[in-house]
Amino acid sequence: MIDVINAAALLGNFLVIPGLTYGSQLALGALGVTLVYSVLRFSNFAHGETMAFGAMLTILVTWGLQALGVSIQPLPTALLALPFGIIGTIAFTLLIDRSVYAYHRQRKASPVVFLIVSIGVMFVMGGLIRFIIGPNDQIFFDGARFIISARDFKRMTGLEEGLAIRMTQAVTILTAIVIVILLFWFLNHTRTGKSMRAYSDNENLALLSGINPQRVVMITWILVATLATIAGTLYGLDKSFKPFVYMQLLLPIFASAIVGGVGNPLGAIAGGYVIAFSELILTFAYKKVIQYLTPDGIEIESLMQILGTDYKIAVSFIILVIVLVVRPTGLFQGKTL
Amino acid sequence: MSFLIGQQMTGGYGAADILHDCTIGVDKGEIAVIVGPNGAGKSTAMKAVFGMLPLRHGQVLFDGEDVTLLKPEERVLKGMGFVPQTHNVFISLSVEENLEMGAFIRQDDIRDSIAQVYDLFPILKEKRKQPAGQLSGGQRQQVAVGRALMTHPKVLMLDEPTAGVSPIVMDELFDRILEIARLDVAILMVEQNAKQALEIADKGYVLVQGRNRFTDSGEALLANSEVRRAFLGG
Amino acid sequence: MTPLAAFRTYRTPILFSVMACMLMGVGLLQSWGVALTILNMCLISAIMALGVNMQWGYAGLFNVGIMGFAALGGLAGVLVSMPPVSDAWQAGGLGIGLGLLITFATVMLCLWLWPQINAWRSRYWIICAVILTGYWLLRVWFDPGVDAIESINPSVTGYLGGLGLPIVLSWPVGGLFAAGVAFVIGKIALGLRSDYLAIATLGISEIIIFFIKNEEWLTRGVKNVNGLPRPVPFEVDLQQAIWFQDLATRVGLDLNDASSIFVKLCYAGLFLLVLAILLWFSETALKSPWGRMMRAIRDNEVAAAAMGKDVTWQHLRIFVLGSAVIGMAGAMLTTLDGQFTPVSYQPLRFTFLIWVMVILGGSGNNWGAVLGGFFIWFFWIQAEPIGLWFIDTLTAGMDPNSAIKAHLLEGAAHMRLMTVGLILLIALRYAPEGLIPERKRL
Ligand SMILES: Nc1ncnc2c1ncn2[C@@H]1O[C@H](COP(=O)(O)OP(=O)(O)O)[C@@H](O)[C@H]1O
Ligand SMILES: [Mg+2]
Repeated sequence: MIDVINAAALLGNFLVIPGLTYGSQLALGALGVTLVYSVLRFSNFAHGETMAFGAMLTILVTWGLQALGVSIQPLPTALLALPFGIIGTIAFTLLIDRSVYAYHRQRKASPVVFLIVSIGVMFVMGGLIRFIIGPNDQIFFDGARFIISARDFKRMTGLEEGLAIRMTQAVTILTAIVIVILLFWFLNHTRTGKSMRAYSDNENLALLSGINPQRVVMITWILVATLATIAGTLYGLDKSFKPFVYMQLLLPIFASAIVGGVGNPLGAIAGGYVIAFSELILTFAYKKVIQYLTPDGIEIESLMQILGTDYKIAVSFIILVIVLVVRPTGLFQGKTL
Repeated sequence: MSFLIGQQMTGGYGAADILHDCTIGVDKGEIAVIVGPNGAGKSTAMKAVFGMLPLRHGQVLFDGEDVTLLKPEERVLKGMGFVPQTHNVFISLSVEENLEMGAFIRQDDIRDSIAQVYDLFPILKEKRKQPAGQLSGGQRQQVAVGRALMTHPKVLMLDEPTAGVSPIVMDELFDRILEIARLDVAILMVEQNAKQALEIADKGYVLVQGRNRFTDSGEALLANSEVRRAFLGG
Repeated sequence: MTPLAAFRTYRTPILFSVMACMLMGVGLLQSWGVALTILNMCLISAIMALGVNMQWGYAGLFNVGIMGFAALGGLAGVLVSMPPVSDAWQAGGLGIGLGLLITFATVMLCLWLWPQINAWRSRYWIICAVILTGYWLLRVWFDPGVDAIESINPSVTGYLGGLGLPIVLSWPVGGLFAAGVAFVIGKIALGLRSDYLAIATLGISEIIIFFIKNEEWLTRGVKNVNGLPRPVPFEVDLQQAIWFQDLATRVGLDLNDASSIFVKLCYAGLFLLVLAILLWFSETALKSPWGRMMRAIRDNEVAAAAMGKDVTWQHLRIFVLGSAVIGMAGAMLTTLDGQFTPVSYQPLRFTFLIWVMVILGGSGNNWGAVLGGFFIWFFWIQAEPIGLWFIDTLTAGMDPNSAIKAHLLEGAAHMRLMTVGLILLIALRYAPEGLIPERKRL
């Protein structure tokens, strides 16, 4: 019996908690992609860079706060800096919309042209980020490292396996939950949120109803910038901040959005967790778990891994491609904001 | 001079004109019906009156005021309501949210208006939480009309409100439209079911290739043998 | 004729002359070696842009998997030209062979099975079961073979090696590799909406890179393959040769410089030849009835389909052709580098940059794509020195030791990302047709 609990702790430690954390980060990112897609109707290739930009601003403010000696121990200071990062990113995103996207929107450019424009924005933002903060790893995490460390857990429970919960993981998961609840409340229960859904559903009729498209677009960018900054910061806190990594994150994020059905926010969230857990489940080495679950004395030679750890990121691409080919509308049928 | 009138409208979607010198009007409490063959430009004429089509000539007067240059949403504010022929509900929004969006430009309390729409179309009250996309064709048309009524328009423009619904539902919709007209609302309507529509119409327009072919009272058009032969199937 | 009208008429020669002048300028101001290095990369970029232009400009297909095809071409360079490692073949060749056989059998089984069970409810499960069984069998035979190969002299070989043939052969072979993979991708992904096709191809190109990075038995992965054979003489050999020493003295160049310039010129000659051939084919194709049909399909797919054109098949054809050209350019790039470094394949450099070339040059126009390839590569390389100079000038008044100045100078290296992004955005806004717009034919 104790072996089963040990196996469960092992899975919890290396599979469930990291999966929930990474899934939350992807879900927040995918929500941003989905919002742009359903309101502005294009796939935003600059979203990864938007996340990096938001995280960068947050980091800069965090450093400032740290220098001033401000802290909210045991929570990371970055949480305090987050609102500033969000505001800065909103301003920047709106500036980009005004100076770049607005023109093409007015000309009713096709989604592909918008996509290419977003590639241009991606370049510019990427360059700006590297110009300001450099291409290297930045560490900005402070505060307590663990809520429960593996050692404490073992001492408390007397188990062989530890179940550690890092501060960043708890913060990520909780923040994601709060943000998602707020977002859905906004979309479903406020007039502005409903007008956004209406505009996404039927642009012409929204115009006839007197919904101001400029306002809808603006609100969308505000939400997108907010989500991107939070997702980017949480990812940076949990792993580390490196501009290049955010560009790589773009594909898992698209994968999440598409797996869930682009344009469907609930799907984006589900997609985030589907991608995160598939990556982990397929590349997890089950050797120890199986050892716990089989009678003593049986030796297992291999690591009992379905795919090598190297293929972790490839998993999301493979899922993405399979979903696109087998069921391009996504698992949860898209196009409903 | 009618309450709402599009005078000598000429214009189209691109280089070629679809409407030629076309005039359409309606008065308060009156029902005006536009009939004509497919592709005659009926929907185009409605769009022109509502400001969704650039006019090369002609103007639109509403309540004595020239609104030719106003945008559709500005016309909504003035008191015009429009139910397009297709895509006339927000399919992913619930029935009640559809009505709320219809009242989007209003800043005051809209609960009374929603209640009024539910009085007019009781089935919608039952289905108020359902996404409009899940409703039957007739119920959707009710949502569409209800959405346009939310701003208490002085003139309601309907483009084929009975398209694709069964005859029973059609009769009921016509009854409702008559009811709305009794509230002193001007109703301008395009109809495929020309006979039934002209029966309830005070005024009728027969449009052919973007031009006024016949204009008369509904009764007179029904009595006109040429109109009967060519447009009403005998 | 007003100057503007003159420019419109002679746009192509004028712009190409400007490009030539810029390269000359580099030659005169920096050095001819640098100018030729840039020129060679410009030529390869132009070929890649030509391939993308076929897909986008002729057919409107949005392929964001350029990096993958280029890498496949690079892989061809290794597999064609490197000497075979016979120990590795002996140790693991059988396992690998069996593994490939099993893969082939599994795919065949699936393809054969699918139509038979298409109506069944459990069809996905059955296919999954077949694939998983195949995969498991594969691992049983394949893994020991891989381990054996990778353990043979891992610091030098640790892979199967290639065929030991002249590397120029790898150019067409790289094209074939890319074409083969493009055929499979096209079969499954071309039906998708344009932005989904983009995301799918982006994903597939990442998968290709992952494969190349991780399958060390075939590619040496991140350990790189160095010292690829060359299609042109080595500098040292030239320096020994009497005729070359004569030549150098006659031209009046230092022997070192002369040999390096000579080698670069050889490469440039080869690349120019390939570019000229491809350009000739592309122009001929574009003017042919087939080219007209492709444009008709691009401009109105529905109407073209209604006229009885097989849109899907034509799309697949052009997708394969364009990818082959990209693959060929990839092989040429590896040849020029003399090494195969999988980590260097980054979407920014290999996919999006090429896109900027095509958009700026003028989609739908072959000369435009070539010019875009030249211009953008030139800026990609020169943006850094220009940025450095710019910042230096800007901060001239500052204290040379100030931290801000140091930071700015360091940041100048990233100016090129921004510059290229800005060029793309400006082109899309003010010259959406590109520098050399598509010629409108009737
Ligand atoms: N959005 C549009 N763009 C271009 N032409 C249109 C558009 N809508 C309708 N038309 C053309 O305008 C003409 C009149 O159409 P319409 O007003 O819809 O006719 P009706 O409603 O009387 O059936 C038709 O020839 C149709 O092809
Ligand atoms: Mg119509």
